[in-house]
Amino acid sequence: MKNATNDNAASAYADQELLRSVEQSGAGFRVASTLLLLVLLAGWLLFSRQLLYGMGVTGLNQPVVWGFYIVNFVFFIGISHAGTLISAILRLSNAEWRRPITRMAEVITVVVLAIGGFHPVLDLGRPDRMLNIFTAGRLQSPLLWDVSSITAYFMASTVYLYIPMIPDIALLRDRGTWPHWFYTFLAWGWQGTPRQRKVLDRAVGIMMVLVIPVAISVHTVISYIFAMTLQPGWHSTIFGPYFVVGAIFSGIAALLVVMIVLRRIYHLERYLKQVHFDHLSKLLLVMSLLWFYFTFSEYLTAFFGHEPTEMRVFFHKFLGPYAIFFWGMVACNFLIPVGILSFRRTRTIPGILVASCAVVVGMWLERLNIVVPSLANPRLPYPTGFYFPSLVEWAMFAGGIATFILGFVVFARFFPLISIWEIREGREHSIPETTERLQGYLPDPEPGGTPVSAGR
Amino acid sequence: MSRWGMVFDLDRCTGCSNCMAACHQENNLAASGPEETRLGRAFHWIRLLPEASQSPHGVRIQFIPQPCFQCDDPPCVRVCPVHATYLSEEGIVGQVYSRCIGCRYCMAACPYSAKVFNWYEPNWEGDLAKKANPDVSMRPKGVVEKCTFCHHRIIAAREESRARGRALEDGDVTTACAESCPAQAIIFGDLDDPQSRVSLAARGPRAFRLHDDLGTEPKVYYLAEQE
Repeated sequence: MKNATNDNAASAYADQELLRSVEQSGAGFRVASTLLLLVLLAGWLLFSRQLLYGMGVTGLNQPVVWGFYIVNFVFFIGISHAGTLISAILRLSNAEWRRPITRMAEVITVVVLAIGGFHPVLDLGRPDRMLNIFTAGRLQSPLLWDVSSITAYFMASTVYLYIPMIPDIALLRDRGTWPHWFYTFLAWGWQGTPRQRKVLDRAVGIMMVLVIPVAISVHTVISYIFAMTLQPGWHSTIFGPYFVVGAIFSGIAALLVVMIVLRRIYHLERYLKQVHFDHLSKLLLVMSLLWFYFTFSEYLTAFFGHEPTEMRVFFHKFLGPYAIFFWGMVACNFLIPVGILSFRRTRTIPGILVASCAVVVGMWLERLNIVVPSLANPRLPYPTGFYFPSLVEWAMFAGGIATFILGFVVFARFFPLISIWEIREGREHSIPETTERLQGYLPDPEPGGTPVSAGR
Repeated sequence: MSRWGMVFDLDRCTGCSNCMAACHQENNLAASGPEETRLGRAFHWIRLLPEASQSPHGVRIQFIPQPCFQCDDPPCVRVCPVHATYLSEEGIVGQVYSRCIGCRYCMAACPYSAKVFNWYEPNWEGDLAKKANPDVSMRPKGVVEKCTFCHHRIIAAREESRARGRALEDGDVTTACAESCPAQAIIFGDLDDPQSRVSLAARGPRAFRLHDDLGTEPKVYYLAEQE
């Protein structure tokens, strides 16, 4: 059965290499997934204390009623914008360099969205009453907007991940890879007929357009949870776009980290080349500048208005107990990435890794800076609050990260991390198509005159 | 229909915190204990805000008693995802303990930090639980709760006046905090009744509300101190 479907030597070699993670998984997969499951299990064990005794086992308190769970909720959902949005925009704009990247980006979205979307449930005092949201839901509440929009995004991005995977799943089915029934079921009878290809193209085309507004709505609505209240530091009109920019920013950084790590582990150096990192890191640089612009506008307006309640939050961040996190955020989100990515000499893969890790940390700090200081400085300033997360909250944070890695380990065990058919399509069709497209950009030949191409 | 309101006369208030103790007894508020209080989880429906100000004789500390302000346009009700907090016809912001999912969004949205959360199963020392006020329901862990303007007293007073065949009059009903105030600094009553003590005081020249610039329309007024 092996090699039965390969057309020529070049693509046969390519298939082998990209299928290695699926067909030759060994001890590495088992060890990694066991370790990650243990971390997750430890998190849940500690979390069971919260279910038994109540929210008191967290570090939350009277003014600071939201902490790590909400910070991580916003953070993880932000990371999820890596995927689908980047991949959809690159597909939509016909960026040919997207081909080896889109699949990984979409996996990030689905995995992280599942993690992030679960966090508000961890934060409930009565998780047993969670379904009240559906039986007694109030559509006027921004939390309900969130539930709807995250659900829609999860659906859309799962479908958007799955549809372009069908030809690759069919390839695995045809090669008889274990578990055969699994691939047969998921391949949905794909034979690669021209009609099926047309339908696939249509479906991907519809999904990529559909997914963009949904993705933007998700993070806008998350910002609305904060912005719709009257609290100082939260009640701001630019929160919607500010959160979306931050989400795309952290998403690209997470994507770069994932690409660099997976490239190393699964030896994808031939596919993920300097040019891909270069393009993506320029995008990261642009987002970093845009993020700084939003942050600057946000804090300058607060400072210039000088409302006393706003200023308490402002100084809590700038000079107070949160100064280390605030300035750490500015360093991680602006100074480090701009310093590294602006120069070609430092825009190497290790440099990009450092910058992206800094941005991921910095964006987490940003979420912390948004959630906690505003709650810690309420209008009636007694009691003012401090917040230090408890072991349970740290454990669930570690569990979230472990789930993220586990998601990739399991995905790579069963599916190729790079879209094989899209790479092949790129090899076979893109060059003539791109040439034709480029020629379409050039001026038309003069009417009646000698055609330009005649002189060639 | 009545529109319940409260006035605190800051000239009379001595900051003795008797109102807090009476509220705890009346409304079955569990004691949070020193451990939890140190973690910032003290648990009161009415609290005393310390306010420091400059006076010719040095720094002056003044206490402002603060219950839930029972806003006419309550930010907590707007954000609740499950209808667990609502504005009643008589202007009291209620909390449905059996429906609340404990997301604490109302607490985050309240500009006055008036709501409290049951971080654990309420703790009752000794046989205190058996001595609870039977008119007020006990709360489970993981839900938000708040000042109700002693609405069980309002219900009882209305039933009594109906049994006597007359309308509810000013002074028929008062809250536990107002009743227990030794300085008589708290006035409770119907703001819609133009002759009630509370509405006269609330319309007086000394009356003000805390942060009423937010447009939440609190129904708790303060009478400013006279020099």
